[in-house]
Amino acid sequence: GKLDCVLSYSDDFKHRSIVYSFPDAENSNLPVFTMNYARIQVPFEVTLWVLLASFAKIGFHVYHKITFWVPESCLLISIGLMVGAIMHSVHEEPPAVLSYNVFFLFMLPPIVLESGYFIPTRPFFENVGTVLWFAVVGTLWNSIGIGMSLYAVCQIEAFEVQDINLQENMLFAAIISAVDPVAVLSVFEDVSVNEQLYIVVFGECLFNDAVTVVLYNMFNFVAEMPEVEPVDVFLGVARFFVVGLGGMGFGVIFGFVASFTTRFTSNVREIEPLFIFMYSYLAYLVAELFSISSIMAIVTCALTMKYYVEENVSQRSCTTIRHVVKMLGTISETLIFFFLGVVTITTEHEWNWGYIMFTLLLALVWRGLGVLVLTQIINPFRTIPFNFKDQFILGYGGLRGAISFALVFTLPDSIGRKKLFVTTTICMIMFTVFIQGISIRPLIEFINVRRTNRNLETINVEIHSRLIEHTIAGVEDLCGQWSHYYWKDKFLKFNNRILRKILIRDNRAESSIVALYKKLELQNAMEILDTVSGDINAGSSIVSLQYVYPLSHSSACFLSLSLSLSRSLSLACSLSLACSLSLSFSLSLLLAFSLSLSLSLSLSLSVSFCGLVTLSVSLSLCPPGCLSYTSFHIVHPSSLTHYPFNLNRSDGYLRNPEGFGLGSIYQG
Amino acid sequence: MGSTNSTLSRIPNVEELMQETGFTPAHIVRLYDRFEALDKEKTGHLRPQDFGAINRLAMNPIGDRIIGSFFSTGQETVDFHSFVRILAHFRPADKNRPKDPSMPQPVNSRTSKLKFAFQLYDQDKDGKISRAELLQVLRSMLEMQVTEEQLESIADRTIQEADLDKDDAISFEEFRKSLEKVNIDHKMSIRFLR
Repeated sequence: GKLDCVLSYSDDFKHRSIVYSFPDAENSNLPVFTMNYARIQVPFEVTLWVLLASFAKIGFHVYHKITFWVPESCLLISIGLMVGAIMHSVHEEPPAVLSYNVFFLFMLPPIVLESGYFIPTRPFFENVGTVLWFAVVGTLWNSIGIGMSLYAVCQIEAFEVQDINLQENMLFAAIISAVDPVAVLSVFEDVSVNEQLYIVVFGECLFNDAVTVVLYNMFNFVAEMPEVEPVDVFLGVARFFVVGLGGMGFGVIFGFVASFTTRFTSNVREIEPLFIFMYSYLAYLVAELFSISSIMAIVTCALTMKYYVEENVSQRSCTTIRHVVKMLGTISETLIFFFLGVVTITTEHEWNWGYIMFTLLLALVWRGLGVLVLTQIINPFRTIPFNFKDQFILGYGGLRGAISFALVFTLPDSIGRKKLFVTTTICMIMFTVFIQGISIRPLIEFINVRRTNRNLETINVEIHSRLIEHTIAGVEDLCGQWSHYYWKDKFLKFNNRILRKILIRDNRAESSIVALYKKLELQNAMEILDTVSGDINAGSSIVSLQYVYPLSHSSACFLSLSLSLSRSLSLACSLSLACSLSLSFSLSLLLAFSLSLSLSLSLSLSVSFCGLVTLSVSLSLCPPGCLSYTSFHIVHPSSLTHYPFNLNRSDGYLRNPEGFGLGSIYQG
Repeated sequence: MGSTNSTLSRIPNVEELMQETGFTPAHIVRLYDRFEALDKEKTGHLRPQDFGAINRLAMNPIGDRIIGSFFSTGQETVDFHSFVRILAHFRPADKNRPKDPSMPQPVNSRTSKLKFAFQLYDQDKDGKISRAELLQVLRSMLEMQVTEEQLESIADRTIQEADLDKDDAISFEEFRKSLEKVNIDHKMSIRFLR
């Protein structure tokens, strides 16, 4: 009910009182228009924020040049800064999106799932050693190096930061030394560097989470304890293995369970995508439960799951999954950068020139050194060593991002200089994302890093690559060397013999050559269909997939039933006689559901391309009042020996269509 | 190093071999040890049966073609020099080689690697990969997984993609062109152990 507020004066005008009264029940009428904001407030605001961030994204793409030179992350942060400034000036508090729980439970999983789902698996497994080497050892090197040197810097009296002790410095270093997947991926996505470099940067930022988690927990624990025992260091190492291997283990288990589940979902196609999301999220949450590396869990889950699930689910579910994964990932990423900008303005800062500048400098220096040293050690083990240009980009591409920010917020308040840490982290993130993010593209062009050409999907390349792989494996065996393909081969055999049988419903081992062939044929057919429906006649255009039922082998009579996609639905039955004009009776159902029978005369012309695909165009003339249609038929050569208007042939040999995929669409 | 030198001294013309192929002495010694290990009857030559004794190579789908590539036409045995020369194809390319068109291509250049791969297909050595030869290779690589029809469709498509002069076969130039975007040096190199 509504309250009436009445200001009333006492009789002698000395006292004022405010009286609240409910209106009399009899006097109020039925309210025609009411508002209840409190009820919908939270979902409403969430939706508005998401929309605002998405509008920003749309806005950027109006000017193509901007997005070419400035990565989207920078633009989003800038918009966030502006919105934050507005909010600050009206003293509004921004929603607590970057708080620990909301960030780690809701914002981060979609992005990591997206990266894990779309990792190029083959290059990843070929480089897994390097990836883990950089992720683990590299992050350790960075943390310890930055921590120690910052502690040394703190000793300098001029900077007034002597109260930060070693443990706090190490804790801070652990937070800011980890390369952030969100920032790196958004920058490297648009820039094409060679595959090896991309996969190492990509993998490193995903898999350094284990180290970050362990170091963070360890130093957090240590910062609160008065003294450190050597046992604790040893326990820290043990914890690392638990965290890392545990994360991967959980991921693999959930991946297999998900694959197994999808084996049985053929009757519930609509909820198939759900399983993917639920299982990966579950993997993430269970890992969080045990405080092991949740990012590694969800990434490994996605990696394991993808291969088997995509064979089990329907084509539509597969597309849905991919689209939704990408969509959720993009939304999360957008929101994170946006709120990074907003929260920058609204938090309390403590600025200290010395500490901040030195942090930036030391981070760069240690990363550079780290990359140099680590590459020197691992290059001999790589088939394709990293040259100096690659190393430079590897070092320069170590961007920090929102994970560091969220972690720094969760530092216990017992740390005196928490605000300084927050400010430094923000500066670090801004520096790396803006300066390094913007300059990395021109730098890559300038120093001419080896690039990768991403469009290599031809059947020739696939077959010859496979041949070369076999050759290399053979020659390595010949030389008595441990073959790179040894483990791959072993795994493939295990996969084919055991895993596929359990996890995949319809188990036919399929080579990548055949899979690529099918995919390319499908693409071709789709392209042809697409160009066809572009040419729309005044009437309906019919693209028909026809199934041919031969009436007899010796004659060329056939009955063809065609189902067509067109503006108006039409069922065309055409009867054609050899060396004759085909008469087609078409029943067309217009949108207004009127039936009209039309008799049409059709002529057809067939053109064959390279003996592989034959396109036949038939034009039919109808008496006025009927719709004329053009139909295009795609014909596969291996089945066809009959052209309906081949005047020289009076016999038609038709084979029953049998083939695979859209590559064989037959017309008699 | 002592044993290296003594082994080296047992190999005739080892200097020439190293220069031709670019292997270091350590590589040569290791390959020689391997050669001797394969050459069970100590004849100084290898025969196809000796290669066949390597189990994993026998299971390789194109194992017999790889073995065949060691034996030049007409020859029935392989001596150490030919052995090393063929293996030199798989050395990673030298980065700082001056591009001198008048000098012959070194054994591990991109062109030589491609030629090696090409002759794995082209068994009758007519300079073209015919449809039948392609089908044979596809059949051995894809084994049980596809029907004959599918194989033929794949072979048709492959030739159609690569065949520029429409002679229904893939010549070496067409082969090279179809692989122009692939980094052959990366794919076809082995890190030889010392």
